[in-house]
Amino acid sequence: MARRKMFDIWSVLYVAIFAAYAIFLLYPMYSILRNSVIGEDGRLTLQWFVKFFSAKYYSQTLIHSFNVTIWTTILTLIIGVPLAYFYNMYEIKGKAFIQVLIILCSMSAPFIGAYAWIQLLGRMGVVTVFIRNLTGLTIPNIYGFNGILLVLTLQLFPLVFLYVSGALKNIDNSLLEASDNLGCTGVKRFFKVVVPLCMPTILAASLLVFMRAFADFGTPLLIGEGYRVFPVEIYTQFLGETGTDYSFAAAISVIAILITAAFFMVQRALSKRFAFTMNALHPIERKPAKGMFKVLIHFYTYFVVGLAFLPQLYIVYQSFQNTSGKLFKEGYSFSSYTTSIKRMSDAIPNTFIIGGIALVAVVLIAIVIAYLVVRRSNVVTTAIDTMSMLPYIIPGSVVGIALVMAFNKKPLVLTGTVAIMVIALCIRRLPYTIRSSVAILQQIPITIEEAAISLGASKMKTFFRITVPMMSNGIISGAIISWVTIITELSTAIILYNSKTITLTLAIYTFVTRGNYGYAAALATVLTALTIVSLMVFMKFSKSKEITF
Amino acid sequence: MSVNIKIKNAVKRYGQSTIISDLSLEIKEGEFFTLLGPSGCGKTTLLRMIAGFNTIEGGDFYFNDKRINLLDPAKRNIGMVFQNYAIFPHLSVRQNVAFGLKNRKFPRDRIEAETQKFLELMKIDQYKDRMPEKLSGGQQQRVALARALVIQPDVLLMDEPLSNLDAKLRVEMRFAIKEIQNRVGITTVYVTHDQEEAMAISDRIAVMKDGVIQHIGKPKDLYQRPANLFVSTFIGRTNLLEAKLVVEAGRARLAFPGGFELAMENVRDECRKSQDVIVSIRPEEFVIADGSGAGLKTIVDSSVFLGLNTHYFVHLETGQQLEIIQESKIDEIIPNLSGIALSVKSEKINVFTADGSVNILKGVSDDKTAVGEV
Ligand SMILES: Nc1ncnc2c1ncn2[C@@H]1O[C@H](COP(=O)(O)OP(=O)(O)OP(=O)(O)O)[C@@H](O)[C@H]1O
Ligand SMILES: [Mg+2]
Repeated sequence: MARRKMFDIWSVLYVAIFAAYAIFLLYPMYSILRNSVIGEDGRLTLQWFVKFFSAKYYSQTLIHSFNVTIWTTILTLIIGVPLAYFYNMYEIKGKAFIQVLIILCSMSAPFIGAYAWIQLLGRMGVVTVFIRNLTGLTIPNIYGFNGILLVLTLQLFPLVFLYVSGALKNIDNSLLEASDNLGCTGVKRFFKVVVPLCMPTILAASLLVFMRAFADFGTPLLIGEGYRVFPVEIYTQFLGETGTDYSFAAAISVIAILITAAFFMVQRALSKRFAFTMNALHPIERKPAKGMFKVLIHFYTYFVVGLAFLPQLYIVYQSFQNTSGKLFKEGYSFSSYTTSIKRMSDAIPNTFIIGGIALVAVVLIAIVIAYLVVRRSNVVTTAIDTMSMLPYIIPGSVVGIALVMAFNKKPLVLTGTVAIMVIALCIRRLPYTIRSSVAILQQIPITIEEAAISLGASKMKTFFRITVPMMSNGIISGAIISWVTIITELSTAIILYNSKTITLTLAIYTFVTRGNYGYAAALATVLTALTIVSLMVFMKFSKSKEITF
Repeated sequence: MSVNIKIKNAVKRYGQSTIISDLSLEIKEGEFFTLLGPSGCGKTTLLRMIAGFNTIEGGDFYFNDKRINLLDPAKRNIGMVFQNYAIFPHLSVRQNVAFGLKNRKFPRDRIEAETQKFLELMKIDQYKDRMPEKLSGGQQQRVALARALVIQPDVLLMDEPLSNLDAKLRVEMRFAIKEIQNRVGITTVYVTHDQEEAMAISDRIAVMKDGVIQHIGKPKDLYQRPANLFVSTFIGRTNLLEAKLVVEAGRARLAFPGGFELAMENVRDECRKSQDVIVSIRPEEFVIADGSGAGLKTIVDSSVFLGLNTHYFVHLETGQQLEIIQESKIDEIIPNLSGIALSVKSEKINVFTADGSVNILKGVSDDKTAVGEV
């Protein structure tokens, strides 16, 4: 009888989830792999890979990407780690506000930052023009490598900040006191004690920054100009003016996956070496800083955060400027808002419909998978767990391309539908949500569920009445972060959308590429407002107030 | 309704490793039965097999005459109290206690009445609308107990329910649990590795080691006539001395190294043959004779005065150290380095075979042997 019970509803879910992953992840991945090794004549070939590596025009993009990615990772660490250290060790005036700003920076779509920086420092940017008029000098060019680096660094250092802040909160104050006691203080203590203690987190943050920087294509597309990077190449090969070249795009995608997978492995191996658990009984308490040092850390904090937030502020400002055609003109009004919303009347409802469905699906699937992985671990759940983590190392545009290749022909045609957008968002977001749900569930002792069962509750009832409510705080705060990443997602959606399924982020992108900066600014402001509201809801629900991506 | 629990030839394996190889046990109706043993010996494992949260690899489990091996844990009508309380953090105290009743679909007024009754019984009535995180450890444990008892289970299972509490509260809750159990009269299986707690609370105790039951008996039996060497060292403190059992003309005596001899009247007949033995002498079973008398010759190393009793730490000529407890006397405490002779209360000490497996004295009462032929 108990044996029979094992084949309960969970078994149905195993099969359903496994099948869904097979259809919507493995099959598309297979399609992309297949396309990458099949020649025009239908035979097995490596010609596309050879083409990529033999022509400098293509292979150069790889070197460019590595340049951008590695420098971005280094710079975000150099900026983010000290910022987190100052923020958590010392009293900084206005710290709550600063944290909100940093989180907001991390949540905006990178290409919006890119286009705002062009507005500020580009050839006709306000700052450029201002300096030129004032001094006659022309400041260095923002386009190309420097611009990409600037935008990505300012976009991604918040991740390092948030991760490292979390780690610092787990350091027991007595460790620092012991270090002081042994004569290791100040800068020396930072490098000898604090950084090593945060090393696992720093590695995790580096990987995240690396993946994001490597996969981001909105930024280089807008600001890169001649500096061609890898993700842009995938995109242009797939959708570019030169016409669609599935096989070549597929080959480049495979290369991209291999590279991110390699880095993932390296990070895993490294963090195993540094792995240890910490749990602070007496967390670090912020101390007031003194004298010159106090001035310095305040200046540093405000400067970095100000610089990172500047583009968003400027966009808000721009959104109220009057426009005529593509140009800004005197005076302020809401006309950019009214026009842009009218022109893209589907975008806002689409954002809520597509984002909403994706969010619900992500949360439900993540809870179920987390439950299976933590409480019913077996071969199938391990397989599901591994599969669900795959998209973590697959660049967003590749997910998009793979889905198109798999579902643009019979038996299952999904391209151009809401469904394919939702599926893409689910695939992309699930690894994160599953990980956080697993973490939440692992903190709930199994005895609580056993207590419920011994009190006569069925397994289903225990799950819904005990497990889910206990997870709910964590789930809700996780869901809100998912929501924000879903509504700001660009790299997958841009490959899958059409005029009927356009979302807010895509609409902004479209306006930017068309040069309608006023409209783009208006919609970007709407998006920021939506993010702020979501964040406020998050703050209300999340006990720890900590954000994990 | 209370039940008796019979376990026959139970086997538990985790993967390749066998935790319990062949365990039989009978727990009487309404009894307070304790599983006692060192950490990792399989107490929790056995308890969770009874509860239905662990699979059973072999053997039979019965509640009365009903085999429960495959019965759904939710249908076993068991009350469980966990070490970490396992209180539902998102439900108030009252909702926690009412949870089991709601699952049983009792009418609402009955649920309210029963809940109220047990809240009062456990003296947590005044906290009923609080959330659990606002309760102290002891109060949470009372909620856990009320929640387990309110469903009128056939069996109450408790896994180290007091180990998270501080020492004073632990003693207090010990009596609260015992008193409630007495009043409700429910068959209770209690797990602990604290032998003092087990002695204080249990009707009977099963001492376990490495998944094997060593001795089942009343606290007094375990302490005074332990079935083997392990039980004698695990329950209470004791001194172990190697000696020879000498049987001449049907009379047995113990011969200690150093020449001291002690006549033993209560050696079991089948063990009455000359052999090497291990003698277990509890600290209070020594009698300090004056320096001239016959006895074990020892030198005092140190002493501790504890009011009621005085502890002496002494060593034998062989260098072996012994602990002695004497009721404190009004005279001087024996100074360090004094030579004293120790005789022993021969009717109280225990004698084991050289391998420690069997107590060779009469009067061992071990229910372990009685199980099996049920
Ligand atoms: N899920 C499991 N998988 C594998 N081995 C297990 C598992 N649970 C327990 N064990 C092993 O079974 C043995 C008995 O464990 P058990 O938890 O029953 O000990 P215990 O007597 O309750 O100890 P304690 O007093 O420390 O709680 C231990 O050696 C333990 O390592
Ligand atoms: Mg245990």
